[in-house]
Amino acid sequence: MPRKISEFVIELCIKLSGYAVIVFVFLVFLFLLRDSLSLFRHYPLRDFLFGKEWLPISDPPKFGVIPLLLGSIYVTIWAILICVPLGVGAAMFISEVAPKPLKHVLKSLVEILASIPSVVLGFLGIIWLGPVLRNVFGLATGMCGLAGSLLLAFMALPTIISISEDALAGVPRTYREAAFGLGATRWQTLWRIILPSASSGILAAVMLGVGRVVGETMVVMMVTGNAPVMPGSILKPLRTLTATIAGEMGETVGGSEHYFALFAVGLVLFAITFSINFIADLFLRKARK
Amino acid sequence: MNRAKIRQHVAFSVLGAVTLLIVAPILLVILYIVINGAGAISWEFLTAAPRQGMKAGGIFPAIVGTVLLVIGTMLFSLPLGVLAAVYLVEYASDDLLTRMVKLSVVNLSGIPSIVYGLFGFTVFVLLLHLGTSILAGSLTLAIMSLPVIITASKEALESVPFTYREISFSLGASRWQTVRYCVLPYAIPGILTGTVLSLSRAAGETAPILFTVAAFYLPRLPHSVFDQVMALPYHLYVISTQVPNIPIEISFATALVLVGLVFLMNLVSIILRAHFRKKRLW
Repeated sequence: MPRKISEFVIELCIKLSGYAVIVFVFLVFLFLLRDSLSLFRHYPLRDFLFGKEWLPISDPPKFGVIPLLLGSIYVTIWAILICVPLGVGAAMFISEVAPKPLKHVLKSLVEILASIPSVVLGFLGIIWLGPVLRNVFGLATGMCGLAGSLLLAFMALPTIISISEDALAGVPRTYREAAFGLGATRWQTLWRIILPSASSGILAAVMLGVGRVVGETMVVMMVTGNAPVMPGSILKPLRTLTATIAGEMGETVGGSEHYFALFAVGLVLFAITFSINFIADLFLRKARK
Repeated sequence: MNRAKIRQHVAFSVLGAVTLLIVAPILLVILYIVINGAGAISWEFLTAAPRQGMKAGGIFPAIVGTVLLVIGTMLFSLPLGVLAAVYLVEYASDDLLTRMVKLSVVNLSGIPSIVYGLFGFTVFVLLLHLGTSILAGSLTLAIMSLPVIITASKEALESVPFTYREISFSLGASRWQTVRYCVLPYAIPGILTGTVLSLSRAAGETAPILFTVAAFYLPRLPHSVFDQVMALPYHLYVISTQVPNIPIEISFATALVLVGLVFLMNLVSIILRAHFRKKRLW
């Protein structure tokens, strides 16, 4: 029976495609781990995890991940401080205040922002934002952590706005009706009833925004000044985990310690984003209940 | 007005101002690129190869490279993504394995693009000996695009009413026949919309192609899938940071072409969505 056979084949393909997704995540992890372990055969794990110097081409080289990790954390914290209040505020406006036609326009604009390639924003950061920051703060160079944070905040907005908006819109109608029935104004309902009810979804939005900011590469490589030193101030040049990989990979010799060290940095990055997404998923699941 | 009303007025005004503070820069960024880039765009710029170390000439090889990468990405990620979504929606039972597949989709979407670049380099370029090539770059971008395509396809499949399946089963159709004739045709619009969106994102990505395909300066077209190509996003990165004294109009024009290409793809997906929504049966 040829139909039975062809159906068996196609259903096998379907199942394998499903499992392939697990395999891909596993493979990404496995290959990062394999190449990272090659580093730790020659270079102590402790010096990598706790070392405060990243000097890959000095003799002997030092691969301390702390300055890069702190660079990522600094940039991320500032970006999140900037974009979470703005993003959640805009989501509240779009979901609860804006009349329908305006709502559609605003949502489309946010989608447009989501589609602008990061390298374009990085380019604008170099020619426009950097010089502006230099003049405003009187800096030696505008290529600093803050330039990265501002652009990353801008880029994380669509994620935060759309997921928060979903969370707000997902609060059951009956909650609103009950609040209005008790004489609450729309603002009181929004602030005291809807916002707290949507908090799990909004937390998920923030987590996913953090994930997006930590993993972004091109913008930070182009505008944060690329200085792999312990970051002292957000107004000074620094360097993130992502920018280190992107910037140094082209200069390494395949199979060298430096090469494997970059995979170890990638593994750190993978571990961070994996945990963040895991937590975000937990929040989202809680929100759906 | 009582105090609660005043407070509402103030609060809503603040929210409106916040929204404006976000929306205005979006429009400004686009205007800025269009105004500064439009002047340098000419027929020659779009159809000629770069000359004099990228200081003159056009960006044709980069446009071709990006288009080829998008096509390659689609060839790998669309079938795999749609089949995986069919598995999740139509076949999977609610067990541990299914939950792992779902969690993997979430985590795949969270992996930073530069990590995909590392993965693509070590697996496709080195281990499989594909070299820095269109093939290696497309495969890397395809894996990166998978979660978006799966999520969009999943939503499209789930939105097909359950009664369609029940009727098909009641007529004695097998599971695959049901999927093939009663579910997939109605899910195609949603799948296409999601696919085009994810491909537009792939077109603008730089980090995954840095070590897998992108050529710094290669003013000719590729001969096979094992060739390197220039790509628009990487080209913009190169001329705005790596090469000194590039005329600024060229950078702006390149940015405009890249943004234009991505918007065009988004527009296609919006039109597809609107077109099929009119024909929707439920």
